[in-house]
Amino acid sequence: MTLTEPVKDPVAAGADEPDRRPDAKPKDNRAWLLVLPVVVCVTFTALVPLMTVVNYSVQDIFSPSDRIFVGLEWFRSVTRDPEVRGAFLRTLLFSAQVLLIEIPLGVAIAVAMPRRGWTVSAALVVVALPLLIPWNVVGTIWQIFARGDIGLGGWAVNQVPGVDFNYTLDSADAWITVLVMDVWHWTPLVALLAYAALRSIPEPYFQAAQIDGASAWATFRRIQLPRLRGVLTIAILLRFMDSFMIYTEPFVVTGGGPGNATSFLSILLSKIAVGQFDLGPAGAFSLLYFLIVQIVSYVFFTVLTRSGR
Amino acid sequence: MADIRLEDVGHSYDGGRTWAVRPMTWTWRSGRAYALLGPSGCGKTTLLNIMSGLITPTTGRVWFGEREVTSVPTAGRNIAQVFQFPVLYEEMSVYDNLAFPLRNRRYPKDEVDRRVRAVSRMLGLDAHLGRRSRRLDPGRQQIVSLGRGLVRSDVAAVLLDEPLTVVDPAVRWTLRSTLKEIHRDTGHTLVYVTHDQTEALTFADEVVVLKDGAIVQAGEPAELFLSPAHEFVGHFIGSPGMNTLPGEVADGLVRVGGQVAGRADGPLPPGPVRVGVRPEFARLGDGPGSPGLPAEVTGVDRMGAYDLVHVRAAGHPLVARAEAGSPYEPGAAEFVRFAVGRVFLFRDAVRCGQVVPLNGRAG
Ligand SMILES: Nc1ncnc2c1ncn2[C@@H]1O[C@H](COP(=O)(O)OP(=O)(O)OP(=O)(O)O)[C@@H](O)[C@H]1O
Ligand SMILES: [Mg+2]
Repeated sequence: MTLTEPVKDPVAAGADEPDRRPDAKPKDNRAWLLVLPVVVCVTFTALVPLMTVVNYSVQDIFSPSDRIFVGLEWFRSVTRDPEVRGAFLRTLLFSAQVLLIEIPLGVAIAVAMPRRGWTVSAALVVVALPLLIPWNVVGTIWQIFARGDIGLGGWAVNQVPGVDFNYTLDSADAWITVLVMDVWHWTPLVALLAYAALRSIPEPYFQAAQIDGASAWATFRRIQLPRLRGVLTIAILLRFMDSFMIYTEPFVVTGGGPGNATSFLSILLSKIAVGQFDLGPAGAFSLLYFLIVQIVSYVFFTVLTRSGR
Repeated sequence: MADIRLEDVGHSYDGGRTWAVRPMTWTWRSGRAYALLGPSGCGKTTLLNIMSGLITPTTGRVWFGEREVTSVPTAGRNIAQVFQFPVLYEEMSVYDNLAFPLRNRRYPKDEVDRRVRAVSRMLGLDAHLGRRSRRLDPGRQQIVSLGRGLVRSDVAAVLLDEPLTVVDPAVRWTLRSTLKEIHRDTGHTLVYVTHDQTEALTFADEVVVLKDGAIVQAGEPAELFLSPAHEFVGHFIGSPGMNTLPGEVADGLVRVGGQVAGRADGPLPPGPVRVGVRPEFARLGDGPGSPGLPAEVTGVDRMGAYDLVHVRAAGHPLVARAEAGSPYEPGAAEFVRFAVGRVFLFRDAVRCGQVVPLNGRAG
């Protein structure tokens, strides 16, 4: 429905040319009024704060009464800043790794989970457990768990001969710790989404696959995977956005270090905005950040839904 | 190919409290076309699933010829089965759907192509081979599912679970004769589940009637029609079904509503019975005789090709079939005569004898 379309009298329209399309409904532009409450809400929760940020991003503010308009200067300096670029690439790499690990792993867990019997509930509880823990607690748990001296995980890894695991000193160790933590925390989300989709497949499909002599792989590829398309689209979007904006956990575990090994965009941003109180660059940074997430999500969504047609 | 033998096979979904299929011993003979007929929920699908190995029976053993397959999984049994509702690999084309069972079994490429094309020609799918199966209408989807069941050459049996219910009635007739042809050409054992008696009677060499998880009668279509062994078979097959009248056996005589209908053949313990006679074998207008009962006409349904005359015979409703344009009027007193050898006695729904003329064959 577009605003320019003439408003039809639903009864008359239905009488002389019955529209048999399943989505045929009388058209009435007053329906736009129904959207109004949402518009009001979004204005105050999103648009106004966003405009504040836009406001910061184009000015250099010295004090509340002393500010100058700088145009796109902050955007230019932020995109040229090597620290920002480094953080951007790091975050992108992190998101890519998160998706590459969590999506297949989540699907594999979902496929392996029982379809019926009392084990279903048991499996669901075990899988869902990490999702119930608050972000900063997850960070705290892993900060201790991964410590080479007193943490169970870090200590165990150090028992392997020739390995010296210490995430506070070694960049690779820190990266791996944050990655494994994210996998542990969020793969269950993918698994649960995929499991719900798999459960909705009627039993005869699996019976037919048995009759047709399909291998386990063929059954997965031909019956289960096609049914996962919808939820995997959602899972990929959620996991991309969330991992691209990851903040709390690495902040608690590594604080962005050692050096800047785990300094992701969000951590850098908060350092600029809160730590240094550089509101101009931080505003420009935020807007770019926001834009990247939007664009990448849009591309994912379009590609994934197109390929299904 | 070999016979499929069920030895004391029964299945319960709830650990033995109720039987979906009661323990039964039965042989599906190689190369025959069977129709499995029965009301909803009588265990038809369960029985098929036991044969194909989708279900392991609670009791009993399943034999393919000399080989026991009770615990052999479906893949090892070489059975083709088509389900009640279309089951397709939705992302694949019609061609790939048909080829799927063959490719999984590593048939050579040219053989796959030959068989897929043969099946698609027989089922009229040629024009749709390249389409994504999800795009087809449900009737065609079911035909594709059917095609997947028929594409293999090496099967021990083809099990069809009401394969044509979702198919357009006009196409159904053609498909049924196609199935018959395929059966004749391949010689596979065929088990065809249906609710529809016409379908069963025209299709099968042998009709198996299932009720409450037990086989109540099996035989050639004519046999089931002419001499039902169970009241249910009488009701279920034929249209309208068999009339049953409450009666009594005493001193060798069969009485209905106080009137003597005839003599019970053979010694039968006295007591209540039900007298069953099909409308086709109840005739009006021949005057009094035996076996038979006095009756009063209550109404006539003109069916076009024939008339169905509703009467009260010795006080009980009964339908008799008469030629089209019969002269009977409601309220008229008549005598309804039963064809000799076609009136049966049932006790506990099971046939226990028949009604014969009072004095010899004369009637
Ligand atoms: N998976 C199951 N779990 C529990 N009970 C079942 C299951 N499948 C079937 N039943 C029960 O077993 C009985 C026989 O079912 P079955 O599906 O074999 O009947 P059917 O003859 O194929 O019926 P229809 O003509 O409706 O397909 C029914 O009472 C049904 O409720
Ligand atoms: Mg069924």
